[in-house]
Formats: sequence, C-alpha cells, structure tokens
Amino acid sequence: MSNNNDDHDDAEITPHEQQLPDRFVNPGLPAHQHRMADTDPKAAKRAERQVATLFTLSMAGTLLLLIAYFAVKLEYADLSFYEAANRLRLSNQLLGGGLAIALLGIGAGAVHWAKTLMPDEERVEYRHMQRGTDEERADAVSILQQGADESGIARRPLIRNTLIGAMALFPIPALVLLRDTGPMPGNKLSTTFWKTGMRIERDQPGGGALKASDLTIGSVVHVMPEGIEKTEHPLEERAKAAVLLIRLEEDLIAAEAEPGSYHGIVAYSKICTHVGCPVALYEQRTHHLLCPCHQSTFDVTQNCKVIFGPAKRPLPQLAITVDAEGYLVAKAPFSEAVGPSFWERG
Amino acid sequence: MTTTSTSPAAGVGNYLDERIGASKLTKTFARKIFPDHWSFMLGEIALYSFIILLLTGTFLTFFFIPSTGVTTYTGPYIPLQGQEVSEAFNSTMKLSFEVRGGLLLRQIHHWAALIFVVATIVHMFRIFFTGAFRKPRELNWMIGVTLALLAIIEGFLGYSLPDDLLSGNGLRIANGIVLAIPVVGSYVSFFLFGGEFPGEAFIPRIYTIHVLLIPGIMLALITFHLILVVVHKHTQYPGPGRTNDNVVGYPLFPIYTAKAGGFFFIVFGVTTVMAAFFTVNPIWLYGSYDPSPIGAGAQPDFYMGFLDGAVRLMPGFTEITAFGYTLSLNIAIAALVMPGIITTAAIAYPAIEAWATGDKREHHLLDRPRNVPTRTGLGMMALTFYVLLWISGGNDIIATHLHASINDITYSLRALVFILPPLVYVITKRICLGLQRKDREKVLHGRETGRVFRTEDGEVFELHAPLSAEDRWLLVQFENNYPVELEPATDASGVRRPHGLLDGMRQKLSRFYFEDRVEPVTPAELVAAQHHGHEELSASGGDKPAVTAGAGTSTH
Repeated sequence: MSNNNDDHDDAEITPHEQQLPDRFVNPGLPAHQHRMADTDPKAAKRAERQVATLFTLSMAGTLLLLIAYFAVKLEYADLSFYEAANRLRLSNQLLGGGLAIALLGIGAGAVHWAKTLMPDEERVEYRHMQRGTDEERADAVSILQQGADESGIARRPLIRNTLIGAMALFPIPALVLLRDTGPMPGNKLSTTFWKTGMRIERDQPGGGALKASDLTIGSVVHVMPEGIEKTEHPLEERAKAAVLLIRLEEDLIAAEAEPGSYHGIVAYSKICTHVGCPVALYEQRTHHLLCPCHQSTFDVTQNCKVIFGPAKRPLPQLAITVDAEGYLVAKAPFSEAVGPSFWERG
Repeated sequence: MTTTSTSPAAGVGNYLDERIGASKLTKTFARKIFPDHWSFMLGEIALYSFIILLLTGTFLTFFFIPSTGVTTYTGPYIPLQGQEVSEAFNSTMKLSFEVRGGLLLRQIHHWAALIFVVATIVHMFRIFFTGAFRKPRELNWMIGVTLALLAIIEGFLGYSLPDDLLSGNGLRIANGIVLAIPVVGSYVSFFLFGGEFPGEAFIPRIYTIHVLLIPGIMLALITFHLILVVVHKHTQYPGPGRTNDNVVGYPLFPIYTAKAGGFFFIVFGVTTVMAAFFTVNPIWLYGSYDPSPIGAGAQPDFYMGFLDGAVRLMPGFTEITAFGYTLSLNIAIAALVMPGIITTAAIAYPAIEAWATGDKREHHLLDRPRNVPTRTGLGMMALTFYVLLWISGGNDIIATHLHASINDITYSLRALVFILPPLVYVITKRICLGLQRKDREKVLHGRETGRVFRTEDGEVFELHAPLSAEDRWLLVQFENNYPVELEPATDASGVRRPHGLLDGMRQKLSRFYFEDRVEPVTPAELVAAQHHGHEELSASGGDKPAVTAGAGTSTH
C-alpha cells in the first residue's frame, strides 16, 4: 500500500508551518491489489475448474437424495426396535446428506466464482441525504395543503368530526367479536374433581384403588380421583386434580396437616402454586417436593410450605381417610384453589 | 443501443421492459453498490433462515393435523404403541417416522428456527455496537426490534404445536403467566384456551397464528426492512476512501447475486447438515401431552431461556395478597414487566442517544465499538444481563452437571444479575478507553517493528515504524463528541427558558456519555511527537494521553 493520496501531514512538515489542518484528511482508496486469478491465466483456469467441480458435486448430491428416497423405504414391519431406529436414521442421514451436498455445492461454487473470477475492484457510489431540498419540502407541503383544501376537511368540521367518531367506534366490534373465544372462568379455577368419599386411584391406565397398606413408609404414589377418565374433559380435570400421596413416619407430619392425614399418609396437590407445572420430584431423605420447571421446593413435613424458589403458597392438602372397605378416599374436596395464583383467588 | 437481437434473453427482456419497465429497474438496481464485511452476513443468515422456514413449514402443513382430538397411536414407534395421543402429536409422529424426508424437513424447520432467532439477536447486537441504528435508520431499528419479538413468539408457538409433553408443560407455564396478569388474567386465560387449560381450542388457534398471521406480518416487516436498506444504502465501516457521503463496495449484479445467492444455499446446506446428523426436539421420547407427568430437567428452546430464567430467579415472597385479591409480582415482574422494559429500552435507545449527543446529522459510517465507550459498555451490560437470565433458565442443568447445589446457584444468580452487569459496563468502558489510548500511541509513535537497538551508551530501544496514511486513517478518523453545553437558564433579557429541567437532565446524560473520552490524534500532535525523537519514546510508557475530563479541557 502506498501513500498515493497522502497530502500535507507527513513528517516533512515542521511545526513552524502553521498550516496544519485540525484533523487528518481521508487518504482515499488504497491501490487495488490483483488476485492470482487476475494475473495468472493458469490460476484463473484452476478456479474455473474448482467452481465447476463444486457445481458437479451438487448434482451428485441431488442424485444421492433421489436414490436414497427410493432405496430406503420407511417400512418397519418385521423390524426390531433398534433395526427400525437404524432404518429411520439411515434414511434421514442419506436424504439430508444428499440435500446438503446439493445445496452446499451450489452455494460454495457461486461464492468461489464471485471471489476468484468476478472483478474485485471496489466501486464508489455517492449517497444522497434523506432530507428533501427546501424546494421539495415546500412543494410537498403545498401539495398536501391543496389536497386537504380540495377535500374540504377544514371547511366542513361536521364531516371531520363524524369521521373521527366513526373511526373511533369501528374497532370496538373487533374486540367484542373475541368475546366468544371462551367461557367466563366462573369458579372453575377454584374447584377440582375431588369430592368427599371419592376413592383415590393410581394415576395409570386402568387406575386401581389404593389401601393404606399399599404404601410403605417413604413411598410416593401419583394419584387421581376415581372416575376422572370418564369425564367429558379428562385433560382439564387431570390438570387440576393430580395429587401426590406420600407416606411418612407419623411423627414427621406437621400438626396442622395431622387431621387430613391417615396413619402417616398425606395427600397434596401435585400442581405447583407458582405457574402450574406438576411438582413431580420427591426426595425421600429430606421429604422435599421439587418442581422441575422453576425449582420451587416444598417441605412435606411442614405441610408443604415453600422453602425455596419462586412459589409463594404451600401446596394445598387433600384431606384423606379410608372408606368402609379400607380404601383410601378423599375426606373432603380441596378447601382452596389448586395451582397457580390468579387475581380473584384472594 | 439496438434491441433487434432475436436471442431468447432479448425476447424476455423486451417483454418485461414493455410491461414493467425492466430496463429502468435494471439501471436503478443492478449495479447498486454494497459494502463488504463478514458482520453484514448476520442479517442475511436471518433472512435466509426465514425463507427456509417458509419452505419447510409449508411441507410440514401437508402432514400435520392441528387438532387435540384423541386417537390411539398405532405407528411403528414401539414404546408409544397403544397409547392415547392427540391428533397433533400423532400426525407429527407419522410425519417423522413414516413420511420419507419428513423427519429431515421437520428437523431443518426446527434448526432453522433456532438459527433464525440467534442470527436476529446477534445481528441486532452488531447494529447496536457499530451505531448503525443512528439517524436515518432509527425506524428500521424499531422494525428490527419488532421482528425479534415476533420471532420469539413465533418460535414458541411452533414449538408448542406437536402437543408433546415438553411443549405442553411449556404452555402450562405460559398459562400460569397469563393468570398472573392483574385483574383480567383468568379471563384472558379462558379466552385464549377456549375454557380451562389445556382445552381443545388452543392448538388449532395457534396453528393459524403460527402458519399465517405472524409469518404474514413478519414477511411484510422484512420486506419493509429491506426496502429501507436500499433507500438508505448500506452503512459501511470506516477506512481509507470511505466517507459519510459515499458507499464503497461491489455491485449487486453480478458480485452479490453470486455471493448472497450462494450464501443462501450455504445457510440452507449447513442447516440441512444439522438436521441430517443432530436430532432436535425428539417428541417420541416425551410422548403426548398429559397434564400430570413431567420430565426432570425441563428446558425450553434457547430463546425462551432468558424469560424462564427470570421466572426462576424471582423470590416467592413478592406475591402479594391483599383485600381479597392476589397480585403475583413474582411472575408478573419476571415475565411481563421485565420483557416490557427491555423492549421499550431497545426501541427508545436511538432517540435517547441522539438526545444526549445533540447530533441531528445522518450517519452512514459505522463506529468502531472502542470509539464509543459508553455505548459499548451499555451494550455489554445489556448482553450480560440477558446471558445471566439465560443461564438462570438452565440452573437445574448446571446443578446436575456440576454437582452443585441448585439453591446456591440460584442465590448466586440472584445477586449476579444486579452486580455483574454494572461491573461489565465499567470494565468494558475502561477496555475501550485503553484500546483508544493504544490507538493514539500507535499513531503518535508508530508500530513496533520488533527490531531492538542498543546505543553506544548502552540504552536499549525498539525501533518504531511510522504508520502509512491508510493505516493511520482508521485510528484517527472517528468523531470527537463532547458533552452538550448547558445554556443559561435565563436568556439575555432575563426571561426563563422553557424546558430548563429537561436541559439539566440532558446535560447529565450527555456527560455520562462523553465526559470520559480519548480524543483522536491531530496532525499537530503527530508532528510534535515526531519532534520528540526516539529517546523519549523508549524511556517509558509515561506519555499516555490523559483521558480528558469535562468539556472545557479539550486539546483544540
């Protein structure tokens, strides 16, 4: 690079010459440096062959994809689990590999062509500022004024005001029309499927009622109220009614949880009081319940009080007892809303 | 110019010219100059990912059934056979296992979505750190912020569509956040989900929003975004020959047609490699959504991580219950207020900085981040805050991988989100000022040659070579900003000026930006330095230019 455009700021200037500019001056574009392919026809030919090779590779990639599409069929009859998985993986890798080669061949070829063989002299284009000239601005203003005058909007305020009114009212239907997107919440957020005397069943296909003897000390069972699968909206009911049944040493149960427990067995809502994830992780040694979403931690021995994390309220307890046949049942429905907080919850 | 040629190209050209004035369009656009720099490809990656998303997404709609109707899974994936699943989940399974190329295109779609959001965010930071948002590009910056927000929402909705266990729990969290909206939360939740969560309405609703509404809005905004790039002409980095009034680079045709066109295929190709060899969102491992089970280590896609992290960090005691109502500030601050503040700050930033500089000129030359220490510090501060929240979103993963206590990690992160960003601001600003001083040093005393001399007196010094005018220009070209001067509160005739208070704020802000600064070397300084000779130069680094403080002590 040479100082081709360099002007008056070199070392020859002495402080006695008082004509130094305040700031340095832009030296202008440096001289262009030629590439190999610009000066050496062999290099240019080589670049040409490289580009052509990349484009040819792309064609091969497309062929690979076509062959893979018809050769690897996604039919799994008589295949074991692992054979089936391998078949799918093979198909995915061959189709993807072929497509990738097809795409990368075109892309790399085009870029290589541009970088080696197309001219690389920088060009200069001049900008014009966004602002119009004073004349253009005056013209624009007068056009708008003339248009406004022609419309008569200033002279006829009745039209203007009624138009404003119409435009102000017209979007309201857009909001009103959304009213029927859902019913009013009513008390649905505060109630669950649990009713007094309802049997407690395992949360698994087929259910299965539980007796106190089914739970050893330290065990935890995910449970649902009996009959929840037969409701009209089982997912919505399950989203609220999920409960964890835990058996502790009887003396570990907090005094306020005692009346709702049965021989060391306590039942708590599984729906986190933070934003509603299932609080599914139970640490047997510490008796802590942990929510895997945001790590709110509840201490079962303190009536599921929050001991860590973003939740505020304890998990609501479901009071339980046994029925005449010895099956665990709900002693009463939940006495408060389960799950995340909401404004009207209080 | 003769147009009597009968070649097919001439025929097409003639046809188009006589109908849409193609010759005029060609003259206007074909040779438009674009400057070249690797960082200008970040926006391109975002644009191309968007096109890939439109292409692959269309393919997915041919097979996906947006319904939560219950069906029994009978497909080839043995562990789920016989289970009750939703139509949405079932069709996604079928698409993945039984449609040739279905899994590939689904994975390209998911990877492209992740790349789209990454590219958008990194592109935004490039714009921020180089000052490309300055006048006249403020509106385009706002469009960009809107696009980034839409990209995150669009990504979350698409992630939710397969109705698998992981995304279902993500929706449940979203519902919990909606419920935390003061006063109207439960109504909004019931209207969104068509009743109680999860309901049957949500998947078909977000399907329409995901495939039509948001992509339509984004396509319109992207088009406008690009039109404005053409209208403004692209910004360029400073350098010899580059000025605020020109644009130096290569023409659209043929150079960028080949380079940018080729780059589309490269982005598509790389995304395809990822989809072919790296599994993303293996819904078959999660199963269909059921509100009762959940997997440990539940993680959203990365772009929701910062929001999830904020929700994780908020302590529970911030939920308030009073007068029979519950205000869940623990959720609302993290998931509603914080994103609102970030968005507002991002949208308002160009105006705030312009107000502080009092600069109403157009800017087409980019800043080197070191030359705007305060802005660079603020950007790094914001980035640190974002990354800390993102890390918080993975606090459980960090705990299990490092065998550390989740509680300790969370407590530390709670403190760090307040401590680290300001610290990073200060450090970044100091690094920038240091780099500027180094630039000055280099201009004044030349670059180190690595040749060490010893004089007859035994003094040792390294020979410094003066910079070429081109090399020097990059280091001295930047604008020297001063804090704005406060006009007296009363004018010459003793009348109080309006907006006195606002002016005071403005001066404070302006000082915050420009009080600490290193000024570019002037020709006079260089000449003076050269007359000092080598003796002083080799003595010590003690002649660093001081950071000038205050507006009145500049070197002019």
